[in-house]
Amino acid sequence: MGPAIARGGVNFLGHVVDWFANGDHWHGREGVPYLVVQHLEISAISLLFAIVIALPIGLVLGHLRRGGFLAVSFSNIGRALPSLAILLLAVLAFGVGSPPKVFRTVGIGSFPTFIALVALAVPPVLTNTYVGMAGVDTELREAARGMGMSGAQVLRRVELPVALPLIMAGVRTSAVAVVATATLAAYVGWGGLGRYIIDGLAVSDNVRVFVGALLVALLSIVVELALGAVQRAVVSRGLQLRDQPAPAVVQRPAPTNA
Amino acid sequence: MTSLLGAGYNGSSWIDWSWVNDHTTEISTRLREHIVLALLALLYGLVIALPLAILASRKRRLLPPILSVTGVLYTIPSLAAFAFLLPFTGLSRETALIPLTAYSLLILVRNVVTGLDGVPAEVVEAARGMGYSAPRQLVQIELPLAVPAIIAGIRIAAVTLIGLVPVAALIGQGGLGAMMLDGFQRDFRTPITVAGVLVIALAVVTDAALVLVQRLATPWARRSRVAA
Repeated sequence: MGPAIARGGVNFLGHVVDWFANGDHWHGREGVPYLVVQHLEISAISLLFAIVIALPIGLVLGHLRRGGFLAVSFSNIGRALPSLAILLLAVLAFGVGSPPKVFRTVGIGSFPTFIALVALAVPPVLTNTYVGMAGVDTELREAARGMGMSGAQVLRRVELPVALPLIMAGVRTSAVAVVATATLAAYVGWGGLGRYIIDGLAVSDNVRVFVGALLVALLSIVVELALGAVQRAVVSRGLQLRDQPAPAVVQRPAPTNA
Repeated sequence: MTSLLGAGYNGSSWIDWSWVNDHTTEISTRLREHIVLALLALLYGLVIALPLAILASRKRRLLPPILSVTGVLYTIPSLAAFAFLLPFTGLSRETALIPLTAYSLLILVRNVVTGLDGVPAEVVEAARGMGYSAPRQLVQIELPLAVPAIIAGIRIAAVTLIGLVPVAALIGQGGLGAMMLDGFQRDFRTPITVAGVLVIALAVVTDAALVLVQRLATPWARRSRVAA
């Protein structure tokens, strides 16, 4: 039984390699480059929009240290947010048709997908921003006030840089979840890399399903690594979470879902 | 939320209570399927993660590779993970359970290790001084003291799994996701709304229940808080 399965497996992987070697799969609206770009486009614009919503709220609430209970429970339950339900309801409400040109020019090729992804991306960014801001050492804040900084200056020049590692961790969590969930857009007839999985499932083409899975998984890992590099670039060297320095400034974060 | 659940956009409403009344059996079946899938994945996850974490907390150099592997597993989108297994395990429950279990590993391992690391060195020394063998020390001293961190991990894992199970409906594994797909195919919003709300409600209830379990499992934590 073992060798038979192994031989079948080798055969199967051979088909997968053949799929990638076929030039037809590399151009046109069903081609890999087109679908990768489509997938990244909707993910990027949704993540950006979620940051625009969540970051100011998290910054202000964290600065004022208000609404912490809400921010934290919001994120905990946010993990169970049924994206599939939001996506399906949005399709039934708004239809799958192409959105107005204004949307398409900024990369929103599917309005229901955009809604579902934004809803998914808001909680981690909001919560991590809040926790990061609220965790800034009181002595540090008071020292900054003592130096004559205004509230807004403390927020921008002291709290934000110190909170940045956690904020970035939230953005990474959201980004990976968004790229993963954008796969579902294919189920409602839109594009992205989910196309291969959903279409493959529909016609029982396991090779195509596997190819889609491989591409989506690779894309998620690449996005996670890329944002990790961005985080190392933007976070002040003294505050890198990885090195665990300066415990007086950054409280150790609770294990996040990143 | 009221306005969202109120009048619909196309004249069709977000929720039709008479449908809910007529379909309580179907709803509870789907809910049960959902709970079973999430629960099994969590149990398998614990069975794998506990020994891994204990091993990693003893042999420290094993921790980074264990976290890297479980981290990569965690990054793979659920639909993709199901799709990976499809050629090998078909449209079976295993195809859903293997990735779901894999997702819980990173969360559980990290929290168990954190919990074991947090056991005060004096306590471990005292146990050793009293002649506890290593296994007895682990079971009677270290694991109980790590319970708060372990349950914190179980809470995150359970809620995450409850949120992931709907996707398993795309490979025919039932649960509340099947209700969503069914409603979608019939252009009927009520089942989708009901299933979505139930997923969130299930997560909230599970989370609250686990907080309660933690309180019951660690009576000393409450006592010390009262004393302080």
